[in-house]
Order: sequence, then structure tokens, then C-alpha cells
Amino acid sequence: MISQAPQTMFQKIWDQHLVHKEPGRQALIYIDLHLVHEVTSPQAFEGLRLANRSVRRPEFTVATPDHNVPTTDRLLPIADPISRQQVETLRENCKEFGIKLYDLDSINQGIVHVIGPELGLTQPGMTIVCGDSHTSTHGAFGAFAFGIGTSEVEHVLATQTLPQTQPKTFEIRVDGELLPGVTSKDLILYIIGQISTSGGSGHVVEYSGQAIRNLTMEQRMTICNMSIEAGARAGLIAPDEITFEYLRGRAHVPQDFEAAIEKWRQLPTDEGAVFDKQITFHANNIAPQITWGTNPGQVTAVDACVPNPSDFSEEHEQQSAAAALEYMGLQPGTPMTEIMVDRVFIGSCTNSRIEDLRLAASLVNGKQVHERVNAMVVPGSGVIKKQAEEEGLDVIFKEAGFDWREAGCSMCLGMNPDQLASGERCASTSNRNFEGRQGKGSRTHLVSPSMAAAAAIAGHFVDIRNLPSEKS
Amino acid sequence: MEPFKSHQGLVAVINRANVDTDQIIPKQFLKRIERTGFGQFLFFDWRFDDQGNDRPEFELNQPENKGASILVAGRNFGSGSSREHAVWALADFGFRCVIAESYSDIFYNNCFKNGVLPIVLDSDTIHQLMDRKQNQADFQLNVDLASQTIVGDDGLKIEFEIDPVMKQPLLEGLDDIGQTMKQEEKITAYELAHKMAPVSQP
Repeated sequence: MISQAPQTMFQKIWDQHLVHKEPGRQALIYIDLHLVHEVTSPQAFEGLRLANRSVRRPEFTVATPDHNVPTTDRLLPIADPISRQQVETLRENCKEFGIKLYDLDSINQGIVHVIGPELGLTQPGMTIVCGDSHTSTHGAFGAFAFGIGTSEVEHVLATQTLPQTQPKTFEIRVDGELLPGVTSKDLILYIIGQISTSGGSGHVVEYSGQAIRNLTMEQRMTICNMSIEAGARAGLIAPDEITFEYLRGRAHVPQDFEAAIEKWRQLPTDEGAVFDKQITFHANNIAPQITWGTNPGQVTAVDACVPNPSDFSEEHEQQSAAAALEYMGLQPGTPMTEIMVDRVFIGSCTNSRIEDLRLAASLVNGKQVHERVNAMVVPGSGVIKKQAEEEGLDVIFKEAGFDWREAGCSMCLGMNPDQLASGERCASTSNRNFEGRQGKGSRTHLVSPSMAAAAAIAGHFVDIRNLPSEKS
Repeated sequence: MEPFKSHQGLVAVINRANVDTDQIIPKQFLKRIERTGFGQFLFFDWRFDDQGNDRPEFELNQPENKGASILVAGRNFGSGSSREHAVWALADFGFRCVIAESYSDIFYNNCFKNGVLPIVLDSDTIHQLMDRKQNQADFQLNVDLASQTIVGDDGLKIEFEIDPVMKQPLLEGLDDIGQTMKQEEKITAYELAHKMAPVSQP
């Protein structure tokens, strides 16, 4: 056999999914799993109907309503008529086209990027798409997973393929180990702060190094989830024993699981493979992070101060920083720990998994939410909610004064009634601090679940490394 | 799909970096199940105050930008959410072409599906265009995709790069799905090679 040049994991997945390539056209790649939610799919299904087309592979297509759904009583109809219509439209489309739907009455309903892995639908080596930018989450399993627009959703529904231009590859290696109190959320925020929100544009990022290898699957999903916030097409982490143990026994994994593992072991990047771009960070330089601005790259360490626009070298950065500080109502030089919060949101496809909830609960156990703060926890799925309740986490949160809600995207983007009022400041475990993201005039600070929980108790940001409970 | 061959129009400038799709079309307008009518919501929170009145300081509300169809913007335009509604809103508002230093990948792809041409130019050239608009309120450009040139009404001439695999389908306005369906045999062969059950309704 002719020995092959060393390949990156991305190149292997790409090659394995190439259906057709001809000069002058984009490559046509096969899509193994298509996840669908109510917001970006109605126009795609309508397009199919208008062209009299069917869904080529309904069995590779899975849907759930998540963006619009209320997180309060599920037995009541959705109050907002337009939200209700969108959820009902998804229901009707799934019925008409024969697509499996995890509806509001299913325990498996939840944020689409939470339920895919939970059900074992997400597997190493796959190509996965969804009309949602945070599809990058699934890359934590060593799948090439990326967000697409509604026209592309329609394309995948009709053909199970997608014309794509091959992205470049970018290795981000993180050596060393994260320090106590520092989570994978802090790591990815730090990385975005270093490479900017466009640092990954046109590239698929593969995260490697000891700090990444040490992470659990939940923590890896947080990293890959926010790859899009660095502008990357997708994020990837090589599958290993941690991946296999997470998947073992889940509902949709291959029947011959051991054979599947053997196949998945071939996926990691070969020794000596060359990436188009490479950067190395050191985990022990990283402190808990808080965003101060209106994009995820505008971030700093908890023990730092709000920066001054003049601290930045580029003119566009200075302009962005000045505009962001005005919007956020922050003064340069203010210690981050002196920023008071009104609301705390623990949830979203970034940080709503069981480990996130355990971590947050460990910081609020036996304490009370600050009297000025309104705090809520929104589990990522019905399954996580149930598990958390079995572990008594709901009681910890409720006794501390948190709202304990039903699964959904909730206040990450406020398409449902969970929104901030204008001017309200929120410590949020979500992924975007854009202007108005959590409600018109809302002020969002992105943080880890433990930082959010600690802020809920103190009423302002705190350096969790200084809390007695975090010394371990 | 609507083709883009050439277009002449008024230039509007939004000189801000990292304009995300949450700003282009805020989430409260994503609940519609139609593909049309999003122009009225374009940049909604930047365009209108709480009473629904125009914010005079916002670029697109300024008289010299009324009727503009070519948008010149800062770097990393269209970042964040994948919502194609952002391009639907721009197109419905009247924009046929965006010119920026860089775009988010998903927004860039979405433009091509809707007959909107996203042009990438270097920072100096972008600033040159911004300066000209500042000096001449009715500054117009003619964008020709086939020859990859931009010509200003003041004689300015700029060439731009575009990946031929993206350019050709936009010039022809081809139905992407129809094009892929011509590869039916290849798709079926792939599925057979990967031991998938045959599709019941190809």
C-alpha cells in the first residue's frame, strides 16, 4: 500500500464525505445529520412545497422547537401568537415530510445542540448541519459540524448534500492545565479575546493540547460551541476515550459500538500533518473571564479593569470599544469585580448541561441570591432537567432564590418572554453579548456558570478563585 | 435564484466593524414564517427609537443615504447568528451589493443564495470609498461582476477578487438545488458505497 501524506482530522472527514467535485463548481459533500428548529426552517419547507420536492433522507433529519418556547408552564399554550404559529408550523412540516420531532411534550425536547449529543445522534467523523450558527458545538465529538442559512437548510432537506468550499485548517493548541476556578468557558473566551471575533474566519479550528484533552465532553462542547464567536467555520476536538465513554449506551449510537470505536480511532490528526495556521496558548496564564463589551472578543480577566479605548492599537478597535462602553454604561478603569448585576442567566447551548448546573449549584448551595438580583436557571433539555432534579440541584437553586425553568434557548436570545429590560445588566452563561441580544437595551456580560452563580449571590462580579468553596 | 450581473446605485456607508446579524435583523422579527417583507425591520433598533421614530444619527436615516443600494461597511460584517433573514432584510430594503473588508462565513454564503453580491476589498480601498462618499453625497458606483470591476461616477476604478466557484452561479442565477439534483447518480452511488438503504423517493 502506498503510504499517504499525514492528514488533519478535518481533511479525513472532508474526504470521506466528498460526493462530487468538478472544475468551476464547489465541492458537493454528504451530510450525515441535519438538525432542524422552528426559526430557520419554515421558509425551507415552504421552498420544498413550491418546487414539489420531498425530503431525501428524513431518517437523517431530527427536529425540536427550542428558540421560541416558553420556559414556564408547558401545559399552557404559547401566549405569543407568532411564536405559537412558528412552533406549530414546525410540527406540521415534520408531519408532512416524515421527520422525527422531539416536541414540547417530550422529555427529549431541548436546545437542538444539547439533545443531539445527549441522544447519541452526534458521533465522531460525521458531517452535521443545522440552520443555527452554534452547530459548531457538535465538533467536540470530532464531527465537522457547521451552521447554515435557510436556503442551505432547504438544499440539505432536498438532497442530503451541500455545495461547499473547503475551509482552511487552524490548530489552536492549549498546553498545560487550567487552574482551579477556571473553566472551559473562560478558556474559549480568552482565546476569542486573543484572536478576535474574526480570527477563525474561513477556517475549521482544531483544538489540541493537554488542557483540551483533560476536558470532559460537556466542557469540550462549550469550547466548540463558541468557535463561531471566533468567526470559525467549525470547531473540532479529536475523539478519545472520554468521547467514547460519553457516547456508550446512548440511544442512537451504532449497534456494534466497539467496531464504531475502532473506526473513530482513525480520525485524529496524523503526526506531522500541517495546518494552514497554528497558535499555542498556555492554560496557566488564564484567569476567569468576563466580557465588558458588545462582542465576545471584548473580554478581560476578572481581576482586571474595564479597558480604555486608547488601550487598543487599531483604530477600528478603539471605535468599537468606545461604542461598546457607552452602550454598556461602563467607565474605563472600573475593576470588573465592582460591576453590579441585575440579572443572572444560567443556560443556553453553551452552558446548560448537567455539569454546568452542578458547578453553579456548588456555588449557591446554602446561600441566597442577592436581594437586587433576579436569577434563573434554564436546563438545556428535558433530560437534563430531570437528572438535575434527581440530584436535588433544583432544590438548591430554588432555595437560594433562583427560578428553575423548562428547557429551551430562553434568555440567550430572548425570542421567548425571557428577556432583559432596557438598561438591565446580566451575568450570562450564554455566547453573545451583542447589543440588544437579551432584550432591547440589555447589557450582557458573558461568564462561566460558576462566575454567574457567584455574581448572583454577591450582586456583583467576584473572583471565584478567592471564594473558600473554590479552593480545592 | 436571482442573478447578479451588474448594478449601478447610490452608496451608503456604515463605518462600523463587527456589525452582527442581531443588529441587521433583531430576533423579534425572526418569528415570521415568510421569506419576504423583512426590509421594514432592517437595523430596527439602530433605525428607530422606542416610539418608532427615525433616529437621525443612524447612517441609513440620513438623507444622502436614502435609496442607496450599495452598502460599504467595516470589517467582519454579518458576524454572529446564521439567520438568513439578515440578507433577506438587506435585499428587501434595496441593497444589491455589500462592500467590506471581510464577512462572517455564513453571512457571506447566504448573500449568494439571494442575489446579493458581497465584495471584499482591502482596508485602504474601503476607506477611499468612504472618503468619496463623505465628499460627494450622491456618490454612485457601478459594479460589474463578470469583469470584477467597480467604477465610480467620478472615474474611480477598482478591481475585486471573487472565487470563480461562487461567481459563476451568481452570474447565472442558477437554482442550486436543481444543479445538485443533476448529480443524483453520484449521490446515490455515495449512499450505496456507504451501505445506506436506497431512498424511497429520490
